[in-house]
Amino acid sequence: MRSRALVARGALVLGLVFLYVPILSMIVFSFNNSRLVTVWDGAHSPTLKWYAALIHNEQILHAAWLSIRIALVSATAAVVLGTLAGMALARFGPFRGRLLLAGMITAPIVMPEVITGLSLLLLFVATEQLIGWPKGVGAVTITLAHITFCMAYVTVVVQSRLTGFDESLEEAAMDLGARPTRVFLAITLPLILPAIASGWLLAFTLSWDDLVITQFVAGPGSSTLPMVIFSKVRFGVTPDINALATIMVLLVASGIAVSAAWMRRRQKLRERDLQLAAAANL
Amino acid sequence: MNASQTSVPMPASLDPASAYVRIANVTKKFGEFVAVDDVSLDIQRGEIFCLLGGSGSGKTTLLRMLAGFERPSAGQIVIDGADMSAIPPYERPVNMMFQSYALFPHMSVDKNVAFGLEQEGLSRADIRRQVSEILDIVKMGGYGARKPHQLSGGQRQRVALARALVKRPKLLLLDEPLAALDKKLREHTQFELLNIQQRLGVTFIVVTHDQEEAMTLGQRLGVMNHGKIAQVGTPADIYESPATRFVADFIGSVNMFEGRVSDEGADFVRIDCSELGCPVRAERAVSAARGATVWTAIRPEKINISRQPPAAGAPGADNAVRGTVREIAYMGDMSIYLVQIDSGRMLRVTLPNISRGGERPIARAESVWLSWHGSSPVVLTE
Amino acid sequence: MAHLTRLSGRRLVAGIPTLWLLVLFLIPFLIVFRISLSEVRLAIPPYTPLIAWRHGWPSLALHWSAYSFLFTDPLYVSSYLYSLKVAAVSTLCCLGLGYPMAYAIARAGSAWRSLLLMLIVLPFWTSFLLRVYAWIGLLKNNGVINNVLLYLGVIHHPLALLQTDFAVYIGIVYSYLPFMILPLYANLEKHDATLLEAAADLGARPWRAFLAITLPQSLPGIVAGSLLVFIPAVGEYVIPTLLGRTDQLMIGRVLSDEFFENRDWPVASAVAILILLLLVVPIMMFQRLERRQLEGAA
Repeated sequence: MRSRALVARGALVLGLVFLYVPILSMIVFSFNNSRLVTVWDGAHSPTLKWYAALIHNEQILHAAWLSIRIALVSATAAVVLGTLAGMALARFGPFRGRLLLAGMITAPIVMPEVITGLSLLLLFVATEQLIGWPKGVGAVTITLAHITFCMAYVTVVVQSRLTGFDESLEEAAMDLGARPTRVFLAITLPLILPAIASGWLLAFTLSWDDLVITQFVAGPGSSTLPMVIFSKVRFGVTPDINALATIMVLLVASGIAVSAAWMRRRQKLRERDLQLAAAANL
Repeated sequence: MNASQTSVPMPASLDPASAYVRIANVTKKFGEFVAVDDVSLDIQRGEIFCLLGGSGSGKTTLLRMLAGFERPSAGQIVIDGADMSAIPPYERPVNMMFQSYALFPHMSVDKNVAFGLEQEGLSRADIRRQVSEILDIVKMGGYGARKPHQLSGGQRQRVALARALVKRPKLLLLDEPLAALDKKLREHTQFELLNIQQRLGVTFIVVTHDQEEAMTLGQRLGVMNHGKIAQVGTPADIYESPATRFVADFIGSVNMFEGRVSDEGADFVRIDCSELGCPVRAERAVSAARGATVWTAIRPEKINISRQPPAAGAPGADNAVRGTVREIAYMGDMSIYLVQIDSGRMLRVTLPNISRGGERPIARAESVWLSWHGSSPVVLTE
Repeated sequence: MAHLTRLSGRRLVAGIPTLWLLVLFLIPFLIVFRISLSEVRLAIPPYTPLIAWRHGWPSLALHWSAYSFLFTDPLYVSSYLYSLKVAAVSTLCCLGLGYPMAYAIARAGSAWRSLLLMLIVLPFWTSFLLRVYAWIGLLKNNGVINNVLLYLGVIHHPLALLQTDFAVYIGIVYSYLPFMILPLYANLEKHDATLLEAAADLGARPWRAFLAITLPQSLPGIVAGSLLVFIPAVGEYVIPTLLGRTDQLMIGRVLSDEFFENRDWPVASAVAILILLLLVVPIMMFQRLERRQLEGAA
């Protein structure tokens, strides 16, 4: 027992160090005055000049704004489509075309992005020839591509939540006179909302972060943030990217911390309620 | 009803034509597995009917078909004259109280109970009135704003009951209503349920595996086994006159012996029973020929224990056997005696613990005589 | 309960996502296949049409030159094999690190567990690109690792860590670690600790109990995690481009170069089809696992 636990815990510590050292090093060197990034310039550091440079970098700001807009639309559409697919797969039992849907849903999750990107671009080229749309690639094609691979992830999240769901709640609602649509809107949806929310966040992150697929389906005028970053870092490290990374890490970390604290508070309230109810007689 | 029959007995006073709920030759198959096998039942308006059976007996499937969650593979369900075959659960005049209560966790008690009324499009004032009325009836008035996780098990059950009753359905289905409650609460709730039913006059169908629950709640019971109805009758009918060995064994405890008919007449039958070591004389007519194999079932409380053999000519004199007391289980109000008779079989006898005027109570290893009245044994042919 | 939802409603609910995926996921693969069967030419679009007209009659103009090119040119063959090798080695390393980590988290107390899971997942929510970029800073000649080792006197010349196989393995393991840990954790968490107690009671030593009971039971998690890492790793583009060798390319980079640099759409398409053929069996394995997991949870 001891040796196993020791090995496991040792690996855990090693793994966490492995995961966080690169992130921490990026953060540390974002305050380094040297252009060489990883050679610490003790005399003039720490400095905020790279952050200032970042804020004035038009290209990066423009790209970030485009990425956000695309991610917002993609995440929302992916959530709608993913919830529909999740409902169908979790609640409809066997139906004609189920195998097709189930197969197409899980494939984008593992498919190498170069393949998905290539195939989507070739699709847009083909449709442009056939029906004249889209006229060149750009934000629209990027969004369509993102929706397609994001919805797969949302479906998995929603479907697994629905299969763990107590069906007797939906049955009770129907028993009391609610038609299936009403059951979904009044009972199912409110209760799977946390899953849908986390699906939305997942889709947003995947869209915001995507490089390879976007490179295929982006046009000359539409550069997303990952594309800008990639073109800069292909040729080596640049300190303003470190600053960007630090900002993103801090945003994500605070987001996670806030949601964790909020969930802990809800859990405490529930436990208190349960105790009170148990103490009450009958 | 004191004649055992081989067919499923229907109380003569109940007229099939007036059946409120008619289940006609209903079968349900899941692939190859037959969950409900050609079941026919008639349930009267305003009665409490209990479906009793072990797991896998088909009782829950039958209940779900009444609610509309499963469609029968064959047969018909008619409620108050209306055929339910094509009617989905949200259009049936049937409501169900689920075993897990299935209260909507994100709604308050008020909203839970109001949900069914909202689907009917009543006015807010009407809904509010009816909700507070029913909550008062189940003694949960004042709990309207609470959420389900803020309630105890018993409280949740009452809300579930209120929610199912508020629409005054023609039929209320209860799925193991007392299973999740502890013993004290169970007794209390049993009587409350009876109270509420009488007050509102709703027809109840209760599904349970607990005999005590079925006997207390049910005006009539239907015992199910392997998808079929083994017997239908009042609790007394089923207990005193079980139709089959399964029913005799399922309800309460019983001493069962195999034997052969040696003599029979209009109002008696004599059975040779090697296991018992003595012939049994039962004061019932039995539709079995001489020499046929039958089973005799005697309830533990119908057997008498005494140190002396019963006097000749006394009732029970011709049904007596000797044995030795092996175990005594003291239960407070009564004691259970396990008596081993000469053939080696153990008989189970129960006696209430009343002191018989100075007599020394029977102790272990004592040699005793067991006897019973001729009307006590039930003779079963299947 | 399936029969209770109205037929027209059901068709819409299932139909809309199916239609979307058919048009935007499945049909594109057919288009890729079709283009792989043409030849490159100077035109818009830059590939030969499918139907050729000979003497006034249409005929199917299939060119297999792209495929024969890929099969015969040693550069491409070695890229495929190299990609498979890199993906396999990375998956094994990921498993080697991820399994004990998942095990430790599953055995931890519930308060620790949520914290640890959060720590594992947090890097995943920050940019993938930036995290790979971070390794450039660590691995390059005047990067952190070399600077530290030089400072400590362990080495006297900087190690060439960047643009090596080693860097790619590190990159893939680093990026895909959460994908390995989460399915493993989900599986290990469900294990019944009393089974191990029973084994101990019957005289099995701890490691033996682990090998005989825990390991086999965790096999579905191992397979799921490994597929989640291996399949995308084969076609990885970013990591080999930023961290990997310049003399030996992985197949994802080959595809992208053929398409963007050489503008050879047919060959790029053929590369894609061949990758798909290679991966179709693992992908179907993964789908079967996912289906069983999702439906078994009911």
